[in-house]
Amino acid sequence: MTYIVKPKNHHPLLEKNELGLTRRDYEGAVSTLCAGCGHDSISSAIVEACFQLSIESYKVAKLSGIGCSSKAPAYFLNQSHGFNSVHGRMPSIATGAAMANHELLYLGISGDGDSASIGIGQFIHCARRQLNMTYIVENNGTYGLTKGQFSATNDLESKSKYGDDNLFPSIDLPSMAIQLGASFVARSFSGDKEQLVPLLKAALSHKGFSFLDIISPCVTFNNHNTSTKSYDYIREHNDALSRPDFVPSGKEILTDYPKGSTVDVPLHDGSLLSLEKISENYDPADKIKAIQNIQESQRDGKVLTGLLYADPEAKDLKEILNVSDKPLNEMDLNDLCPGSEKLKDINSGLK
Amino acid sequence: MSNADTRYLFKRYNTWWVKVAVPKTLREELGYDLRRSLQTHDLDKAQELRWQVVEQLKAKIDQAKSQESLNLFSVPEQTVTQHVPPTDTANPQYYHKVVECQHACPAHTPVPEYIRQISQGNYNEAYMLNWESNVFPGILGRTCDRPCEPACRRTRTHEKAVAICRLKRVTYDHKDDISNLLPTPEISNGKTVGLIGGGPASLTVARDLVMMGYQCTLFERDPQAGGLMRTNIPSFRLPEEVLNEEVDQVLNLGIETVFNSEIKSMKEFLEKDFDAVFVGTGAPKGRDINIEGREAADKNIHIGIDWLTSIAFEHTKSVGKKVIVLGGGNTAMDCCRTAIRLGAEEVKVAVRSPFDQMKASEWEIEDALGEGIPILDNHVPKRFLIKDEKLVGMEFEKVEAVFDEEGKRSLVPTGEDPIILECDDVLVAIGQDNAFEWIERDIGIEFGEWDMPIVDKVTFQSSNEKIFFGGDAAWGPENIIWAAAHGHQAAISIDKFCKSLDLYDRPEPTTTLISQKMGVHEWSYNNDISQAKRFLVPHADQKNALKDLKMEVELGFDEITALEEAERCLNCDIQTVFSEDLCIECDACVDICPTDCISFVHNDSEENLRNKLRIPAINLNQQILVSEELEQTSRVMVKDEDVCLHCGLCAERCPTGAWDMQNFLYQEAKVYS
Ligand SMILES: Cc1cc2nc3c(=O)[nH]c(=O)nc-3n(C[C@H](O)[C@H](O)[C@H](O)COP(=O)(O)OP(=O)(O)OC[C@H]3O[C@@H](n4cnc5c(N)ncnc54)[C@H](O)[C@@H]3O)c2cc1C
Ligand SMILES: Cc1ncc(C[n+]2csc(CCOP(=O)(O)OP(=O)(O)O)c2C)c(N)n1
Ligand code: SF4
Ligand code: SF4
Ligand code: SF4
Ligand SMILES: [Mg+2]
Repeated sequence: MTYIVKPKNHHPLLEKNELGLTRRDYEGAVSTLCAGCGHDSISSAIVEACFQLSIESYKVAKLSGIGCSSKAPAYFLNQSHGFNSVHGRMPSIATGAAMANHELLYLGISGDGDSASIGIGQFIHCARRQLNMTYIVENNGTYGLTKGQFSATNDLESKSKYGDDNLFPSIDLPSMAIQLGASFVARSFSGDKEQLVPLLKAALSHKGFSFLDIISPCVTFNNHNTSTKSYDYIREHNDALSRPDFVPSGKEILTDYPKGSTVDVPLHDGSLLSLEKISENYDPADKIKAIQNIQESQRDGKVLTGLLYADPEAKDLKEILNVSDKPLNEMDLNDLCPGSEKLKDINSGLK
Repeated sequence: MSNADTRYLFKRYNTWWVKVAVPKTLREELGYDLRRSLQTHDLDKAQELRWQVVEQLKAKIDQAKSQESLNLFSVPEQTVTQHVPPTDTANPQYYHKVVECQHACPAHTPVPEYIRQISQGNYNEAYMLNWESNVFPGILGRTCDRPCEPACRRTRTHEKAVAICRLKRVTYDHKDDISNLLPTPEISNGKTVGLIGGGPASLTVARDLVMMGYQCTLFERDPQAGGLMRTNIPSFRLPEEVLNEEVDQVLNLGIETVFNSEIKSMKEFLEKDFDAVFVGTGAPKGRDINIEGREAADKNIHIGIDWLTSIAFEHTKSVGKKVIVLGGGNTAMDCCRTAIRLGAEEVKVAVRSPFDQMKASEWEIEDALGEGIPILDNHVPKRFLIKDEKLVGMEFEKVEAVFDEEGKRSLVPTGEDPIILECDDVLVAIGQDNAFEWIERDIGIEFGEWDMPIVDKVTFQSSNEKIFFGGDAAWGPENIIWAAAHGHQAAISIDKFCKSLDLYDRPEPTTTLISQKMGVHEWSYNNDISQAKRFLVPHADQKNALKDLKMEVELGFDEITALEEAERCLNCDIQTVFSEDLCIECDACVDICPTDCISFVHNDSEENLRNKLRIPAINLNQQILVSEELEQTSRVMVKDEDVCLHCGLCAERCPTGAWDMQNFLYQEAKVYS
């Protein structure tokens, strides 16, 4: 919480993007989250990614459920559309909105409580249906907003701030997402923008369901010594698969890594996610290996981060359903209600 | 109260740390000592926690010791990685430089502190802060050359500087009677000081020394003290009441004055046997122009500063109908504006250089133009035109400025026809020189180039150890605030000289650094950044002002405008103090900072470090604050001080209090405390 409004002044050398906007033009209201909350860092990474991609804010819809994480959309892109749904129901709202107007960029912000507990069913079907959106879980292993109860992503060995034992194993959302058919799955950490920003840019440029599990320490309820989602724990146990570099469409690849040490993921808009391999047998195109990597690393007490899996060719919901290219919300009455003659035609086709 | 056993403990800002000394042989490897933060503000807790840490650090030293005996015969491997050491913020000059206006002020007036006092309505306190530093707040608030303003951080964050100088005037205009706030001089210490000249330099020396119990005697050629402030700065810029009040305020502290007494021989003066002598005689000789017709037209050609003096003492009360002023400095501006007020109908300023290279301050030029006086640039005077033995005009050659490869300027004739301007009187304002004919060359004062005495830049002492110089007399014409700054330093030297102490051992400034935190989001200063534009001071009605030599043109801010202008100050003295041991590297400060001052990066050479910040720190006049290596990622925090708004948002968003906003008050050392 901060009382003063963030001054609109910016550094005289602040960069402008292709739209002539600065990063500051992508900000939102001043955050009311606790000082030091990982969610605020994610908001600022989203601001940075949208700025760098020269996204037009009015073509973005921010959707969320309930939780500190779900409050976060108020703190970035204040010129975008937004919908704050009931707890765990963000995916239905996103599905409905995307069916009505598939021309917006859908950005869903959820929490581990919002997605892995109350909203798990919604999450599953949204991934399975390949909804064209970027789905972010700001994962702090706790219900921050309701004062620190265990969430379903909290690790078995991770005690509460008050010393209570956690009795149930954690749900690994990225493994689930891969299994359910999500076509872009990554894990990152709010405290590592060098990794997070290129992954976000790639996720936003990917067509299909992009899922990002972002570990985001809750400084107030889950940043203590026995937590496995604290700043220092994640820094110590972070097992990065690759160093990502996002190359926008039409731009040359400038980083020169030794041959064979990079994996490139071309995205449908012509941009490229170039990954410098850290782990040897890393192949983000291989679903089975991706799940194996996650489990091995979990067994070794590490937190695997980076792009886990991507299928840039996968179909999205619109293609699967073969819906009209013209968004529903742009159709006029005649398109939507073609009349009794047309109905007769259809009916006769069904005879 | 906790018991004071602080073995191995020390405090960095508010946190307790453990420090264990490293033996000499291991210092190259481990540094002078090993330190670790105990991450607590609480002394009791620190006392308890320390022993375990001390053991660990000692173990590290023991390990290095045994390693050292093993390594004795092997060649040590050399890795040369350049890195910037953690900034030494205990050096008072680090934070001082962040307070750019104060740093740029020759007398180091605590600008943001007095501006805050103004916004709280504490005009008396604000006035006294100024009085301590610059002796003449009311005078300077009207006339200062204001080197602080181009330095003001707002010029980089918001275009126009805070009206620092006009706010200084506010402290004078809105104060009450401050006589009971003036300090009382100590009783006589038996030492005597003779001061020659009664300008701001001598007055400052006298004020500082009389406070320490010195018996000061001031000799002035004119009937009153004040120097050029009285004789040359016209009263439409500096009313006599203001001048008198602040000059008398100094003299009334107990300074003996001998007016109407020009010192004509230093040799004789030395016979008065003062313990020390200060020469503050200024640069009293106006330059003359030597071109055709000069002698024939002598009656109507006046040296600018002498002419202004004769007006100040009311010996001259009129001037011809058509007046030409030669020169492009501040004296020329004062001459032309004075001529109009004396009733001249047509006044023109002719200057050799191009308009944009004129020496006068931009506001003085603006004021002259605002009064309808044309400034003719690129006009080189060629001769005075005489008819019937009377001056009737001047001839000028048009030139243009040409720069050679080294950037040296020469004024080259354009070949156009000469320009003839009619005139009845000419005022020559083309510079001032020193005049030391009255100082004999065999009394131990060495003279150097331009026939100027050789004066030490630090101690203001001449080669006669008893004699000190300052103000315009030391190195040529400057301005009032420099005269005051010189005065303070010369007073320190004179005091040391009289006590047979080392003159080069200059006293340290006094500084304090105090947290401004009042509550979670509350600070004891206003951290909301005003977006108001610089306020303009109202002027007196021009029609009346141009008729009256004594009517002050600028009227000063009223209380409400003063408050709003004061709110424009960014409070650059409220420092962002960083304690690395508390930082959890959550990025909150990086994310919130409106001007991208803060970065977390791996240490490197200064050049590389500056380049890899969120926004490269390319302004090399500005410092970067570098932390010690951080625990989690081994990076360092680097803050570019350049455009920090001092908004405190970093400290508000920091969950652990690793950032704090602390008021740094820097007070330049004076001879008295
Ligand atoms: C026209 C004009 C306008 C100016 N306007 C400004 C301005 O707006 N702001 C600003 O900051 N500065 C201004 N200045 C400059 C400023 O006035 C001087 O830099 C400043 O006064 C220097 O102070 P000082 O004490 O060194 O000497 P001075 O002020 O020159 O005082 C020297 C004194 O010594 C006396 N004296 C000289 N010789 C002897 C002797 N042999 N025996 C006894 N007494 C002697 C003189 O009578 C004089 O009173 C202006 C100068 C001029 C000429
Ligand atoms: C239907 C419903 N059930 C329960 C709640 C109470 N509730 C609010 S937020 C929350 C958990 C949020 O956790 P998470 O999504 O992880 O968000 P965080 O605050 O940790 O970011 C719960 C259970 C609610 N608002 N609505
Ligand atoms: S309670 Fe936790 S998750 Fe919620 S704002 Fe505070 S730190 Fe963030
Ligand atoms: S903003 Fe205020 S404190 Fe900062 S440089 Fe300007 S006057 Fe000085
Ligand atoms: S006070 Fe802190 S947040 Fe504000 S501009 Fe300075 S560094 Fe940035
Ligand atoms: Mg949560």
